[in-house]
Formats: sequence, C-alpha cells, structure tokens
Amino acid sequence: MNIVVCMKQTFDTEAKIAIDSNGRINRQGVSLIMNPYDEFAVEEALRIKEKLGGEVTVVTVGGQETQDALRQALAMGADRAVLVDPGLEETDEFTTATILAKAISGLKYDIILGGFRAIDDGSSQVTGRVAEILGLPVVNMVVKLEFADGKAVATSEIEGGSQVIEVALPAVFTAQKGLNEPRYPSMKGIMQAKKKPMEKKGLGDLGLDAAQVAPKVKVISYFLPSARAAGRIVPGEPADAARDLANALREEAKVI
Amino acid sequence: MAKGIWVFVEQRDGKIKKVTYELLSAGRKVADGLGEELCAVLPGNGVAGLAPALGEYGADKVFVLESGALEKYTTDGYANAVASLAKQYEPGAILMGCTVAGRDLAAQVAQKLGTGLMTDCTDMSLEEGQLVFTRPVYAGKAFVKASCPGVRPVMATIRPNVFSVGETQPGRSAEVVSAPADTGEIRQVIKDVVLQVSTRPELTEADAIVSGGRGMKGPENFKILEELADVLGAAVGASRAAVDAGWKSHSFQVGQTGKTVSPVLYIACGISGAIQHLAGMSSSKCIVAVNKDPEANIFKVADYGIVGDLFDVVPLLKEEFKKKLES
Ligand SMILES: Cc1cc2nc3c(=O)[nH]c(=O)nc-3n(C[C@H](O)[C@H](O)[C@H](O)COP(=O)(O)OP(=O)(O)OC[C@H]3O[C@@H](n4cnc5c(N)ncnc54)[C@H](O)[C@@H]3O)c2cc1C
Ligand SMILES: Nc1ncnc2c1ncn2[C@@H]1O[C@H](COP(=O)(O)O)[C@@H](O)[C@H]1O
Repeated sequence: MNIVVCMKQTFDTEAKIAIDSNGRINRQGVSLIMNPYDEFAVEEALRIKEKLGGEVTVVTVGGQETQDALRQALAMGADRAVLVDPGLEETDEFTTATILAKAISGLKYDIILGGFRAIDDGSSQVTGRVAEILGLPVVNMVVKLEFADGKAVATSEIEGGSQVIEVALPAVFTAQKGLNEPRYPSMKGIMQAKKKPMEKKGLGDLGLDAAQVAPKVKVISYFLPSARAAGRIVPGEPADAARDLANALREEAKVI
Repeated sequence: MAKGIWVFVEQRDGKIKKVTYELLSAGRKVADGLGEELCAVLPGNGVAGLAPALGEYGADKVFVLESGALEKYTTDGYANAVASLAKQYEPGAILMGCTVAGRDLAAQVAQKLGTGLMTDCTDMSLEEGQLVFTRPVYAGKAFVKASCPGVRPVMATIRPNVFSVGETQPGRSAEVVSAPADTGEIRQVIKDVVLQVSTRPELTEADAIVSGGRGMKGPENFKILEELADVLGAAVGASRAAVDAGWKSHSFQVGQTGKTVSPVLYIACGISGAIQHLAGMSSSKCIVAVNKDPEANIFKVADYGIVGDLFDVVPLLKEEFKKKLES
C-alpha cells in the first residue's frame, strides 16, 4: 500500500495570539507543531505500512519552516517528504487543496490520509477538497480503519454514535482522535530522518501559476475576542452558595 | 446573476436538526436585506411532508430532493444532489449547520462548485451588499471576518446554537419545488450505524452542558453530573483528562481536540480551565465553574464560580435547580 499523508504545521496549542501592525496574525516567535490530527494520520499510515507494506510519503504546503514538522514525520518512520512552498501572500483552502492535489497526483497512492481539521485557522475542508479534485471518495472523522480485498472499512464518528463505511481504494480518509496513539520518534528514527529524501518544490514545478490557485475567500480583518467580563465567585457554605447561584442564574443571567 | 440564500435542511430519520431552524431565522434576515428569496434544500427519502413546516420558519421556497439513495446521509449522494441543484439554480449563498454531516457535505459541494467556504462561523452580516462571515481561528483566540467577493455561491457552515430560532408564523407557506435528485454514483457504502441510546441531547446541540474533569476522580462519580444534567435537560461533557483516564469516551470531550460547543449554560466541574479546554466552550453564553482551587484558570472565564468540593456542591445544585425549575 502506498500511502500519502497531508500534513500541516500549526501553531502550538498554547500559543499566544496577537495581531501585527499589518492587521494579520503575528507568526513571530510562535512555536510550531505538527497538527495533532495529522499526527494521528501519520501514525495510521505507519501502522498500515507495518502491516501491509508500501511507502509513506508526507506532503505539506507551507513555508520553509514546515521542514521541522516533515522531519518529525520522517523520524516517526515516514519514508519521504514533499514540501511545496508556493510563496504566496494570499491563500485559502481552495488554494491549498489545489496545490496539494497537484503534488499528490504525481505520486503513487492507494490511500490518502489527512487530519479531520487543522487546529489553527483550519476549517475541515482541505482534505475533502483534495479528494474531490482527485476524483476519490472521502470518509471523514475516522476512528478505525481496516483493509480487505482492495477495500477499506472505516468507522467514522457521527453525532451520537458511529457508522461503518466501506469504500474501494484508492480513497481519502481524515483522522479523528481515537484512531490511534501517535508514537514518539526514537533516537534512531531522528538520526535516520536526516538522510531521508525531502523534495522541495515551488508552484511552477507543479505546473501551476498563481492565477489558477487564487483564493476564493478574502479576509477582511482579524480581531481578538473581547475579554469576557469578569465573573464573580458566589461565596458562602456550599448550601448557601448553591442556593444563591441558582437564584443568580434565574434572576440575573436568566439561563434556567 | 446568482441569487437567493439557500439553507441545507439536515434531517436524520425524518427529524430536522435544530440548527436548520436557526439558519432559516438568520437567513431570513439577510435574504430580506438583499431582497432575495430564502430557499430550503431538503434532500432525503420520504421527507416531502417536512416541507410545509419550513415555510413557517421563514423559507419562501423548499426544494425537495427525494430519492431512495438519500435515505441515509452519504457524502457522495448528498454532495452530488446538492451541487447539481446549485448548478441548475445558481444560488447566491449556501448555508449549512456546522455539524458532522454539514462539514462533510460543505467541503465537497464547495469544491464541486469551485467556490469558497467559511466554516464554523459564529456570525453573519450584510456589509455593503456583501455577505460577510465571522469565524473563530486559533481555537477562538482570534476571529476572522471574511467574504467571497466575485464568486458565487458564497458558502458557509454555521456553528449550532449561535443564532436563535425566531418566532414561527403558523400558516405561512412556502412554494414546494420537487426537483430530481441527481445522486450519481455513491462510493461510500454504509455497512452499519451504531447510535448510543441516550435520553440526553447531543453535546453540540444542547442548550445546557454539565462537564466533568479530572476532579471527578473516577467514572462512577459522573453519576452526580448526570443527575444534575437531567434536571436541566442538559448534555454531559468531559475534559480531555477525564477522557484520557478512560472515564468517558472521546465523543464527550470538549475542547480543541474535541467538540466545540456553544450552549446557553456550561457548568464545568473539577475542570482547571486549560486553554485547550476553553477553546471548545468559551463561546458559551453563561459559564459556571465549580472547583476547589480558587486560583483555577476556569474562574477567569466563568460568569459565576463556586469555590468548593464538587462532591458537596453538585448534589446541592441539583436540588436548588430542581426547586427553581419547579417553581
Ligand atoms: C494538543 C493538545 C490538545 C488538547 N485538547 C484538549 C481538549 O480538546 N479538551 C481538553 O479538555 N483538554 C485538552 N488538552 C489538555 C489540556 O491541556 C488539559 O490537560 C486538560 O484540559 C486538563 O483537564 P482537567 O481540567 O480535567 O484536569 P486538571 O487540569 O488536572 O484539573 C482538575 C481540576 O479539578 C479540580 N478538583 C479536583 N478535585 C476537586 C473536587 N473534589 N472538587 C472540585 N474541584 C476539584 C482541581 O482543582 C483542578 O483545577 C489538550 C492538550 C494538548 C497538548
Ligand atoms: N498546508 C497544508 N499542507 C498539507 N496538508 C494540509 C494543509 N492544510 C490542510 N491540510 C490537510 O487538511 C486537513 C484539514 O485541514 P483544514 O481544512 O485546514 O482544517 C489537515 O489536517 C491536513 O491533513
């Protein structure tokens, strides 16, 4: 099985968010991690490879700094990495998906994995769009994935339960938490990762130009949420506090 | 010119999701602002009977897409049907709830139509004739306002519970248009659906949520939260610590790597208020925290807090809420 993983580097979940003088999200000094859902995807790819053989290629669209996340995936055990640095100012999910799909179309794949959502400015659509562009079926929010006879059986999360879906390969799947526990790269893995191939490409290398990937969504502005007004501690012994809270929720907040 | 605001009607087994009504109410306002029609798009099997009620919630027109192949939600079936209808009628905007199906469907339809999509939006407005959406990014630590100038339809998924359902107008009727459902080849074959039987509402749709964290100390203690929840008709949620400890399944997790919720009332019990937890619940309208540590971060976002042992406080709250709700 040849497996391609779409991987995005995101802000650390602890990152403080500020807006810079150009009105954009300040990226300076923010520590970056592999999108947690993509870690599940990389881990799943490695497990499939360990069981069924094949190659794992990790693909990302991003700046040169994304090499760190790609190295992490290689250290976990992926075989090769592809970095497409489009060097564009304005992008959206359509842009990213179009570039990713083009990069993937030049690779061999039976299975394409991604995260169900990027935890930064993500919006759970890039992998779905990639599937659509490549003409492949997609199953989102997968918590269990098995293979038999050229088909995949995926268990995916739905509201209030789960469903089991069968699709023929090649197909695209997005990882939900619960799919697996990602491994930590071993020392040996980290050493080996340095020698693994990492291909770097630009938009032109894929035969794309900026006009073809021009974003559909235009950002008007970023803003920070207004701080929640300071709340209050309801004092007293538990019984008094409980009674006063119930009163406040009814009379002041009017929520019960 | 592409015209009309479309709302995707999400139903399961003939029951329409509340977010659909929220979108019809909010969509009605922008449709009036633009002087355009509000249309409900209702795919399913044997669902035509649901159409009239959609008029009472504000729809001018209901497209009914009936097919045996639409009995259950599948990505391909629904995406093909909705996208081909959109290609035929060229709406100006398509709105869906940001639910499991809505998210899944929106991405496929947006790509099929070659258009832009903003997801999990918490606001929608008209600015100079342009539909503008606001959505949280970086786990709610920032917001972005965006639009799709020059491309139609504009697509967005809207977080459940952010818009309220307006008054219905009994007797107000919508024009019903039965359109052929072009479901195409459906490659996702549903083998099984397992639904947990629960008398409580779904987390993302609940008006009230009672959540427990590591402070619950064990799975058996969630019983006191469930009792409190049942008094309020609330859903039960959990922090990642409680999920990782195996006390609750991941479907209960609220936060950056769990569910994003927006209830009217969120009660956090034995939860410290880590940034990743806040990411999933800080858009709740009223937050209550019960924690024995007065320094706990959760008190910084809580509207009301009780510093105390949850094992004392939660059962008392249940009694007090019961009294209030019965009075
Ligand atoms: C990438 C990433 C993603 C994450 N995603 C999520 C997510 O989606 N959701 C999430 O919740 N977390 C998430 N986390 C984890 C998060 O950082 C915290 O570790 C987690 O939220 C802590 O859970 P907790 O508040 O239940 O536990 P703790 O932080 O241990 O807090 C327990 C609290 O209970 C209180 N307490 C204890 N006993 C009692 C008692 N008897 N009465 C009253 N109070 C009591 C304590 O004072 C304490 O404040 C994520 C972390 C990372 C790194
Ligand atoms: N820039 C990117 N490079 C590679 N994969 C991406 C990129 N952006 C998004 N993805 C993939 O698409 C998934 C969903 O992202 P999003 O639609 O942004 O929430 C992620 O979990 C990744 O698997």
